[in-house]
Amino acid sequence: MKIKKTSLSLTSDLSQKRNAAEKRFRLYGLIAISIGILMLIILVATILSKGLTAFQQTFITLDVELIEAKLDKKGSRDLVDIKKVTTFGYAPLVKKSFEVLISKEKLVTDLSSKDASKILSKSAASDLRNFVLNDLNVIGQTVSFEFLTNSWIDGYLKGRVTRETIQNSKNVSPEQLDFADQLVELGIIKKKFNLGFILGSDASDMRPEAAGFGVSMVGSFYMMLVVLVLSLPIGVAASIYLEEFAPRNWITDVIEVNISNLAAVPSIVFGILGLAVFINFMHLPQSAPFVGGMVLTLMTLPTIIISTRASLKSVPPSIRDAALGIGASKMQTVFHHVLPLAAPGILTGTIIGLAQALGETAPLLLIGMIGYIATNMPNGVIEGLASPNSAMPAQIYEWAKRSDPAFYERAWGGIIILLVFLITMNTVAVILRRRFERRW
Amino acid sequence: MAGTTLLLVSVVLLVVVVFASSYRVSYLVVDNYKNLNSRLHYYGMFGLLCTGLPVLIIYLLWWLLIPFYFEASIINNLVNSLEISPDENISLLVGQVETIRDTFLSADLSKKSEVFNQNGTIDYEVMTSLYGSVNQPFDPETRPFLFQVGYDLWLLENSANDTFHLVLIIMMLGIVLLYIFKVNPRFRARYYVESVVLGILIAAAGIAIITTLGIVVSMLFETFRFFELHEWKDFFFGYTWAPNFHGDSEMSILPLLFGTFYISIFSLFIAVPVGLFSAIYLAEYASSYTRSIAKPMLEVLAGIPTIVYGLFALITFGPFLRDFFGHGGTFGVNWMSDARSVATAGTVMGMMLIPFVSSLSDDIINAVPQSLRDGSYGLGATQSETIRLVILPAALPGIVGAILLAASRAIGETMIVVLGAGAIAKFSGNPLEAMTTITTRIVSQLTGDGDFNSPETLVAFALGLSLFLITLVLNVIALYVVRRYREQYD
Repeated sequence: MKIKKTSLSLTSDLSQKRNAAEKRFRLYGLIAISIGILMLIILVATILSKGLTAFQQTFITLDVELIEAKLDKKGSRDLVDIKKVTTFGYAPLVKKSFEVLISKEKLVTDLSSKDASKILSKSAASDLRNFVLNDLNVIGQTVSFEFLTNSWIDGYLKGRVTRETIQNSKNVSPEQLDFADQLVELGIIKKKFNLGFILGSDASDMRPEAAGFGVSMVGSFYMMLVVLVLSLPIGVAASIYLEEFAPRNWITDVIEVNISNLAAVPSIVFGILGLAVFINFMHLPQSAPFVGGMVLTLMTLPTIIISTRASLKSVPPSIRDAALGIGASKMQTVFHHVLPLAAPGILTGTIIGLAQALGETAPLLLIGMIGYIATNMPNGVIEGLASPNSAMPAQIYEWAKRSDPAFYERAWGGIIILLVFLITMNTVAVILRRRFERRW
Repeated sequence: MAGTTLLLVSVVLLVVVVFASSYRVSYLVVDNYKNLNSRLHYYGMFGLLCTGLPVLIIYLLWWLLIPFYFEASIINNLVNSLEISPDENISLLVGQVETIRDTFLSADLSKKSEVFNQNGTIDYEVMTSLYGSVNQPFDPETRPFLFQVGYDLWLLENSANDTFHLVLIIMMLGIVLLYIFKVNPRFRARYYVESVVLGILIAAAGIAIITTLGIVVSMLFETFRFFELHEWKDFFFGYTWAPNFHGDSEMSILPLLFGTFYISIFSLFIAVPVGLFSAIYLAEYASSYTRSIAKPMLEVLAGIPTIVYGLFALITFGPFLRDFFGHGGTFGVNWMSDARSVATAGTVMGMMLIPFVSSLSDDIINAVPQSLRDGSYGLGATQSETIRLVILPAALPGIVGAILLAASRAIGETMIVVLGAGAIAKFSGNPLEAMTTITTRIVSQLTGDGDFNSPETLVAFALGLSLFLITLVLNVIALYVVRRYREQYD
């Protein structure tokens, strides 16, 4: 048997093995973290690369002659009369402006003016009508009006639509793309920042270019208002009772187990509860933001209660003892001393709870906050709370469902806006915590 | 109108109460403040509470319960009107009557002549303009007697509401006067105010219980209705999920459970190793600087709304997988026909779950006492040996708890599977095939225009109850394990 020579200054085989194992183990950890961070980076990169284009839109500037004989036959400038001219009355004007454009700029195209005008959005005529109804003085003049192009031309300018991808398409022809190319060179078709996406309302599924996120933002805003107004007082009151007053018995135990369990119940279950109780049993209106807010309140309450209790607990007992010692009642101690000291922590927890509620989709689907719902901004607080509306995440889901690349782009754009809100809220929470939280 | 008046009157009354009662008490003790039992504002506060609170409660109860009375009266009127046959769908008619009532309500009727002719019949022309004035579509097919019932309902509601409001105002007034004349400096106002406040606090804490009860009761109720219409054996032991609207749906939870667990386990296979190793690295190896950067970055993954993950699965990751495994893909195997599959949803859900596993495990590993590590190092173990042989076994129960919580999260996750998993219910082992889950089916059964009396819609409540129970069991076990573990080293 051969005995291997060893020395203290040499690392033995076993040690080498163990050291290698150590290095490997450490590497696994590093790889795991890198995978996690890589996934975050991929996600953020996808969102930005696909969503940022939604904030730009392709517009075409045309000179439209608003012929008086067509829009206001009596010449009386009476709003009621002019309203009788439907969007069909405006379509020929748009078509005419293309004829003028083609002859004036000496464009070479096989397209009839009707086909040429199809590069516009389907909402072009109604946009023009709204413009006229807003200011009747423009009738009879030739105005330079900015129309939306349809989503294929928009996609062509953004590189989403190419000549290969439209080969079998009925929606857009290569001639129209050629025509658009000429107009781009002339500077008549341009990509511009699209305020309509941030402020506007959803559009029907044939007009992705006109769809906006604004109305659903307002829906989310009213929902968050309801969540804040309901869940903050109820959550704080419940936490004060459980933390400061409740005797230790089985009832409080049940409540505590209940709350920690509710925090982990799937959100869709709260949606079912909302549907069964608020809509089917109480007959509250479907799709109304205040019903959505109530459902999200039930979901947010456990989060707020848990964080509020933690911050109440962190107020040292000496504060309570001092207040009680100089003759305050238990209730006065809590409301005059403990609660103000715990307020920053409570606020932080509330903001984080609200951020969670803001991104929640599943319960909203069940109480009817999806679909092509609201076409106008709500008028006032009551309408904002009660009239059917969507919410940011539900609107994103709605766009994702329409399986049209032009709507996908908008869904990603919506996600960017949603994430901006979430990041802001969480940053505010972190700043609040850093600045106001006291270490005892 | 009456509602606004009531609101104004009550606000005025409440202000009066606060001022008057405080003023009266201070007047009574004007020369001798030491006889005052409580501080002055408690007298006003008590007045406010004993006036406002009962009214609020009564008003809420009225608002919750009176619709049932009205509905009963509609049904009664309908049955008495002799114009309906016994086999008619009453709830449909009730709905029509309620729409008519709503129209009258928003049209702000004042006279009967606005609806009816002199001889008491319906004037359709008047009706059309009435409906037009409130932007309601008017259906000329509506049967005339429904308008009569609707009008009676409107009358009844108006008079009932007016009476109720009057009674409320008189009641408030009574309490106000009683309190102002009875209040005296000896009255223990603070004690009573604090008792009421405590009552409010208890009620707030009770809302958690009420929510749970609400979940269980509402879903149990609808589930029982479902089992009246559908064979329970098929639901629990059937093989197929094939709802249709011909009345012979086969709806079994088993294929859905299979899909749910398959996708959840798939996602855990990604989340658990990555999350656990991240936690180990962060807790044991990372410098505090690395930790302060990497930990929040991982936790951002938990803060991203699930709809974002869903969209990522549907639009980016699914097609990416299909480019490899699908028809004409890089690997030349035609294994994947749709971008939506178990692997798509599972992987993306795994991404989402990484921080759930990592941050809880991180806390738990940090809670293992330093003495255990020191002992192990003292015996000559390397760091990785210490982790594998000492720390992980000590932290195991807590880690299991963390994994169970992540599993419960995966089972209840909705948006990722709705967008990424597909809609086909089947038993199949191929992770590249589309499969469906409990949550997806709940969404699809409840978001259509289904009516709430058909088993195809009600099945969603049975599914919801099953989901609630499964996650409840997982949560309770996990919370119990985690809590016990935390206490162990405290």
